Amino acid sequence: MADLETFRAETRAWLEDNCPPEMREPVRGDEDQCWGGRKFTFQSEAQKVWLERMAEKGWTAPMWPSEYGGGGLSAGEAKVLQQEMSRINARPPLSSFGIWMLGPALLKFGTEAQKKEHLPPIVRGEIRWCQGYSEPGAGSDLAGLQTKAVDKGDHFIINGQKVWTSYADKADWIFCLVRTDPDAPKHKGISFVLFDMDQPGVEARPIKLISGSSPFCETYFSDARAEKKNLVYEQNKGWDVAKYLLGHEREMISGMGLGGGGKGQTLPEVALAAIGEEDDGRLRDPLMRAEIAMFEVRAAAYRAQAERFADEWKAGKANPAQPSMMKYYGTELNKRRNELVMAAGGTDALEWESEESNGGKKARDWLRSKGNSIEGGTSEVQLNIISKRILELPAA
Amino acid sequence: MALYLTEDQEMLRDSAEGFVREKAPVAHMRKLRDGDDKTGYDPALWKDFAEMGFSSILMSEDDGGLGLGHVEAGVVLEEVGKNLTPSPLLSTGIAAVAALKEGGAHHREKWFPKIAAGDAVAALAIDETAKHDPAMTRMSAERSGNGFKLSGRKQFVVHGHVADLLIVAARTGGSAGETDGITLFAVEKGAAKMSADARRLTDASLASVVEFDGVEVDADAVIGEVDQGWGPLSAMLAAGRAGASAEMLGVGQGAADISYTYLKERTQFGVPIGSFQALQHRAAHLYAELEVARAAVLKAQQLLDEQPDGTKAYRAVHVAKAMTGWTTTLAVQEGVQFHAGVGMTDEYDIGLYMKRGRVLSELFGDANYHANLLARESGY
Repeated sequence: MADLETFRAETRAWLEDNCPPEMREPVRGDEDQCWGGRKFTFQSEAQKVWLERMAEKGWTAPMWPSEYGGGGLSAGEAKVLQQEMSRINARPPLSSFGIWMLGPALLKFGTEAQKKEHLPPIVRGEIRWCQGYSEPGAGSDLAGLQTKAVDKGDHFIINGQKVWTSYADKADWIFCLVRTDPDAPKHKGISFVLFDMDQPGVEARPIKLISGSSPFCETYFSDARAEKKNLVYEQNKGWDVAKYLLGHEREMISGMGLGGGGKGQTLPEVALAAIGEEDDGRLRDPLMRAEIAMFEVRAAAYRAQAERFADEWKAGKANPAQPSMMKYYGTELNKRRNELVMAAGGTDALEWESEESNGGKKARDWLRSKGNSIEGGTSEVQLNIISKRILELPAA
Repeated sequence: MALYLTEDQEMLRDSAEGFVREKAPVAHMRKLRDGDDKTGYDPALWKDFAEMGFSSILMSEDDGGLGLGHVEAGVVLEEVGKNLTPSPLLSTGIAAVAALKEGGAHHREKWFPKIAAGDAVAALAIDETAKHDPAMTRMSAERSGNGFKLSGRKQFVVHGHVADLLIVAARTGGSAGETDGITLFAVEKGAAKMSADARRLTDASLASVVEFDGVEVDADAVIGEVDQGWGPLSAMLAAGRAGASAEMLGVGQGAADISYTYLKERTQFGVPIGSFQALQHRAAHLYAELEVARAAVLKAQQLLDEQPDGTKAYRAVHVAKAMTGWTTTLAVQEGVQFHAGVGMTDEYDIGLYMKRGRVLSELFGDANYHANLLARESGY
C-alpha cells in the first residue's frame, strides 16, 4: 500500500507537469478524440504532445508488458493512474481498437514475433486498426461468416465482404475473421488474420447512419493478401481468438457514455436548463424529475458495478461471461439516458445543425445510442450467453 | 480498495452461510410462524448469533466487539436474508450499535456487553406515519425536571414489544421537516406510561405501535447532544439502510437462486421450462439487475467503513437502498411467475420471499424516498 501511495504521488506530479491544459478540457465529440494512425491529423499540438508523452511511458496501454512498449503497471497501479487522470479531467491520450481489442488478443494468442512487430506501434498510436467481423449474412450468427481465405503457402488470398467495420476507411490494418476451411463445422473453419488495408484488393465504403455520421463501412476484399506470419493462433482456430476478443469489445462498449467522465452536461443539468425549477429548487416537471431520479440511481449503481467488474476482471475473479452482462446492462442504460436527454431537452434537443445545439449533438447521440445494443452482439445475444454460461439453463 | 470481498471477508461469508443455513433455514422461520410465536425471533438463536460474534460485529475490540465494519455486517445479513431468518441482528447489532457508538461512553458501557452477549435486543422508534420520513418527526420531548417527558406515537417498531432498549427520535426544538431540534433517546424496557401493541405483518414478523404518554427519562438518556440528534440518527439510519440493503439483496438472491433451480427442474411439453427463451431472457435480465444491486450495496458498505459520516457514503447508501428495493421486488415477482401455480401456494418458499422483500422495502425508507433524497442533494 505504501508503494501505491508513492506511485500515486509520483504519477500526480508527472501528470501535473506533462498533461497540457487543453487536454484537461471535456471531450466535446468524436473530433476531440485522438485515434492516431498513418492517416490521422492531430487537432492540436497539445493533442500530439500528450500522446507522445503518454506513449513514451507506455501509459497508453498501462498494463501491457514494458518489453512491448506498455506501461508494465500492476492492476493496482493502473487503477491509481486512472484515478489520477480523472482527478485532473485528463483526456484519454489515445482511442484505439489496437489497445482495446487486438492487443489483448495478441498478448494471449500471438507469437513472440507478432507481439514484437505489432504491439509497440499500437502503443505509440502509429498504426490504427479496424475489426473485420460481421458480414451481410453473419450478424448475430457471426460464426456463419463466408469471407474466404485460400492458403497459398506463405500467404492467404482473401475474397468476400465485411460490414459494420468501424472506421475501416480510416484504418491502416485490419484484424479479420476469414473462412479457411469451408468443409469443417462452422466454428472450426475460421482463422484470425492481420493484413494491411493499403493494398489494391481492399475497398472500404462508409455507410451513412440515422445519426448522419458514417463511422461504419462496408469493406470489400478482392484477392486481398495476408501474410502467413500474420495468422494469429492456429489455422482454423480463429473462433477461440474471436470469442476472447468479443469479451473485450463488450467490456469496452459497456463502459461507454455513462455518467461523469467529463462528457459535458449531466442529465439533471439538461432538464433544469430546459424545464426550469420551482422556488425550492425542484425540477418543475415532477414526472420528469421522478424519471430522472430513478435513472440516476441505476446509473450510480452501474458505475459501482463497472468498478467492481474491472477489479474482479483484473484479479481473475470475474465469471468469463460477465462481459456479456456488462454489455447488456451498460448499453440499455445508455439508450435510456439518451431517451431522457431528448425528453428533458424538448424542442431544443430536436435541432440538427445549429451552433447552439453543437451541431445537433443531443439528437445525433440519441440516434447513435440505438446501435449500442446491436453492435458487438445484440442485447438478446448477451441474454442468451448469460442464461447458458452463467445461469447454466438448459439448451432449447 | 478493490470492490470485491477480501479473503477474510470471503471466509466470514462461508462461515456465516453454513451457520445460518444449518441453524435457521426457511424451515426455522416457518416453525416460529406456524407455532404462533409471540416474540418475533428465537432467543436461543440470538445467543448463538452472539457467540459467533455477529451481534458485536460493529463494536470496536476495545468495547468487546469484533471491530469489523459494514461490509462484514452485510455479509452476515445477506445470509439472514437468504434464509428469511427472523433475527434482531439488523435493529440491534447493526443500527442501534451504530447510534450508541456515536452517543456517549455511558451508553456503550451499559448496552454493548449485553448486546454482545445476546442478552439484549434493541428496537428503533423512528417512524410516525405509514411512510418513513424521519425529518418529519413530530413526537415531543419536553424538558421536565432533570430530564425529558416523551409524548407521541411511533409505528413499525420492529421488536418494539420485547425490546430491552428503544431508541426514540423526538423533537426538543424546531418543527416537522427540520433536522435541527431532533433528539435521540435511549428508553429502557418497562418505562412507565409506555405501551407497545405488537402487530403481525405480512411476512409473519412482529412490529409494534408504541404509545408514549408522557414517558419520563433522565437527561443521560440522550444519545449524543440535545437538539443535535440528527447526527447519531443519520449514522444509525445509514447503518440500518446499508444493512437492510444487504438483507434485501439476500432475499432477492435467495429468490432468484431457487427460481433458477426450478427452471431447470420443472418440465412442460416434455422439456425443462428453463429451455424456453422467453424465460431465459427474463432470468438473465434478473441476474444482471442483481449483479448491479450487489455492487451498489458493496460500494455503500465500503464507503461507510472508510468515512462513516461522509456525504459520499450517505449518497451511496441511498443508491443501495433504492436499487435493492427495485431489484428484490423484481426477483420475487419473477420468482412467483417462474413458479407459476405452485408459486401461489404457501407450501413453496418463493411466496415467503415476496412477503419478506415487501417488508424490507419499506424499512428505513423505500426506493422512492431514497431516489428523491438523492435528487434533492443533487440540486434538482
